[in-house]
Amino acid sequence: MSHKIVRAIYDDDDVLLKAVKEVRDNGNHIEEVFTPFPVHGLDKAMGLAPTKLAITAFIYGLIGLFFSVWMMNYMMIQDWPQNIGGKPSFAYYQNMPAFVPIMFEMTVFFAAHLMVITFYMRSKIWPFQTASNPDPRTTDDKFLMEVTLEGNEDDLTSFLTKTGATEVSIAENHDNH
Amino acid sequence: MSHYEAPIRNPLILGDKSYHDVSNDIAAPIEGKANRMWWIVFSISLVAFLYGVGAIVYTIGTGIGVWGLNNKINWAWDITNFVWWVGIGHAGTLISAVLLLFRQKWRMGINRSAEAMTIFAVFQAGLFPLIHMGRIWNGYWVMPIPNQLGTLWTNFNSPLLWDVFAISTYLSVSLVFWWTGLLPDFAMIRDRATKPFQKKIYGLLSFGWSGRAKDWQRFEEVSLVLAGLATPLVLSVHTIVSFDFATSVIPGWHSTVYPPYFVAGAVFSGFAMVLTLLIVMRKVSNLEDYITRDHIENMSKVILVTCWIVATAYLSEFFVGWYSGSSYEDFTYLSIGAATGPYWWAFYALLICNGVIPQLLWFKKIRRSFIATFLIALVINIGMWFERFDIIVINLSRGHLPSTWTRFEPTFVDIAIFMGTIGFFFVLFLLYARTFPVVAQAEIKSILKSSGSKYKRETETLTELVKDKRDAEIN
Repeated sequence: MSHKIVRAIYDDDDVLLKAVKEVRDNGNHIEEVFTPFPVHGLDKAMGLAPTKLAITAFIYGLIGLFFSVWMMNYMMIQDWPQNIGGKPSFAYYQNMPAFVPIMFEMTVFFAAHLMVITFYMRSKIWPFQTASNPDPRTTDDKFLMEVTLEGNEDDLTSFLTKTGATEVSIAENHDNH
Repeated sequence: MSHYEAPIRNPLILGDKSYHDVSNDIAAPIEGKANRMWWIVFSISLVAFLYGVGAIVYTIGTGIGVWGLNNKINWAWDITNFVWWVGIGHAGTLISAVLLLFRQKWRMGINRSAEAMTIFAVFQAGLFPLIHMGRIWNGYWVMPIPNQLGTLWTNFNSPLLWDVFAISTYLSVSLVFWWTGLLPDFAMIRDRATKPFQKKIYGLLSFGWSGRAKDWQRFEEVSLVLAGLATPLVLSVHTIVSFDFATSVIPGWHSTVYPPYFVAGAVFSGFAMVLTLLIVMRKVSNLEDYITRDHIENMSKVILVTCWIVATAYLSEFFVGWYSGSSYEDFTYLSIGAATGPYWWAFYALLICNGVIPQLLWFKKIRRSFIATFLIALVINIGMWFERFDIIVINLSRGHLPSTWTRFEPTFVDIAIFMGTIGFFFVLFLLYARTFPVVAQAEIKSILKSSGSKYKRETETLTELVKDKRDAEIN
């Protein structure tokens, strides 16, 4: 569903942070904020839920650990047990000290890569993806806030200018996320 | 606001920058043209690289008999170079991960290039075990995949296989860490590019990064968790490399001090290489405002600390070997036998380059001098190569049986392959310096208000005013 939005551009992160709070206090809905660098406290000010990526990394790490245990148990103990250097492969727990390095490496490998892949999927960033920041200056030194247009257009634009926006414009929002 | 930083800390970003100035400075080497010096160094590196490729082709075509290896010294320059390159590859992740966990903001000026150096160094390192196999086309046998030999699996008890897993995990995780950090910077280059081709390439590289608030929240969380994962990872890699030696029964190798000693040595050599590269790069790419004297001094301090860890290991190895009274220890790489034997020059090169000369860094004047630190870093690079050479060649040259005592002479192929990897490393690094944002500009912008020289001065004036007012009220 397409609807109208107001785009307000700020040129300072402290002004933006204050504006985000004011706009929310005013009862307006902030759809998105584009910034050139991580502005600390912005997610809290916007009311974004904390990310759960660290929890997924922990789960992925556990998967990696169990996978490595299963893999080495299958290959070294069950499928083809060998007596290497007088150290026979009778049971996993007896050989385990020698398996610790790979258990650790596989834990890190799974946790790191699967977490990053999850991040890329959730944030929709991958090769051949087109950028969606509405103004190219938002990766340089400008901060852009998209506010849903409800009620009087002039009231909202003058309110946004008062919060410190240097430019305010009206646009159509086509995606419905 | 929350941009306060203690006035005792020097500003990390000089030159009174605004956000836009930072973008301009970081994009300048990419948008500008390479100067003559770049082309000269690039050409020399390319020639060295191609010479190395020729030597590798000759090695693979004929067999590793073309190297100087013999029946007793069956590891020499190849494994020396492997360990040397892996060690160099430790500084990048240390700077980006460990210093992130310790909230050291000065890492932001140097982390991008240090990580690039890490990745390029690990490429060189990985090459040596592969060509040392002799039959490089069977290289995939190190992976645990079902095969035509009746599913004969790899030996998970072997430190050599641990190496395969450690180094491939390290390389791939470092690469992903580096690339994720690069996305916002590629996006910055993309959005200011005027040439359509450039816009397309950087659009592709930036994965469509747009800088949404939610993306940044995830970005910061991912960076933190990756740093937490990479910190034990970086310690594990050189630990496992040291297991290649420590789990064997060769005198001089079979030593429990190896893992921490190797890790400290790796950090030592890695920081030396970062210094070598960045002191030149800050000049060539006009990054003097981002890589300051304070950065150089901080790195020199890390070098001094790790120097003493390594020196302590040398001293304890020497003492314990002598004190054991075992005749097997008489000719290990840190013993009187080594100091007076045919490899005396390698013995003293190790001690002087790694133990004596870095002591100059105790002087603040030297730590803050670009030329002095550059020269000391070069000496450490050489010294750390000798450390691995001594460990491998001196220890193997004096075995249990005196009739097998021998020496190692490198052939031109050994030398050519080593030179080739140095050339390849510089080819990659020079291409990187011209095409990648060499400073993490998004991160720099996030500390500009707390550590930029202009903002810091303003905050200080403000603090002074408040203090004066308070003093006036008290009186």
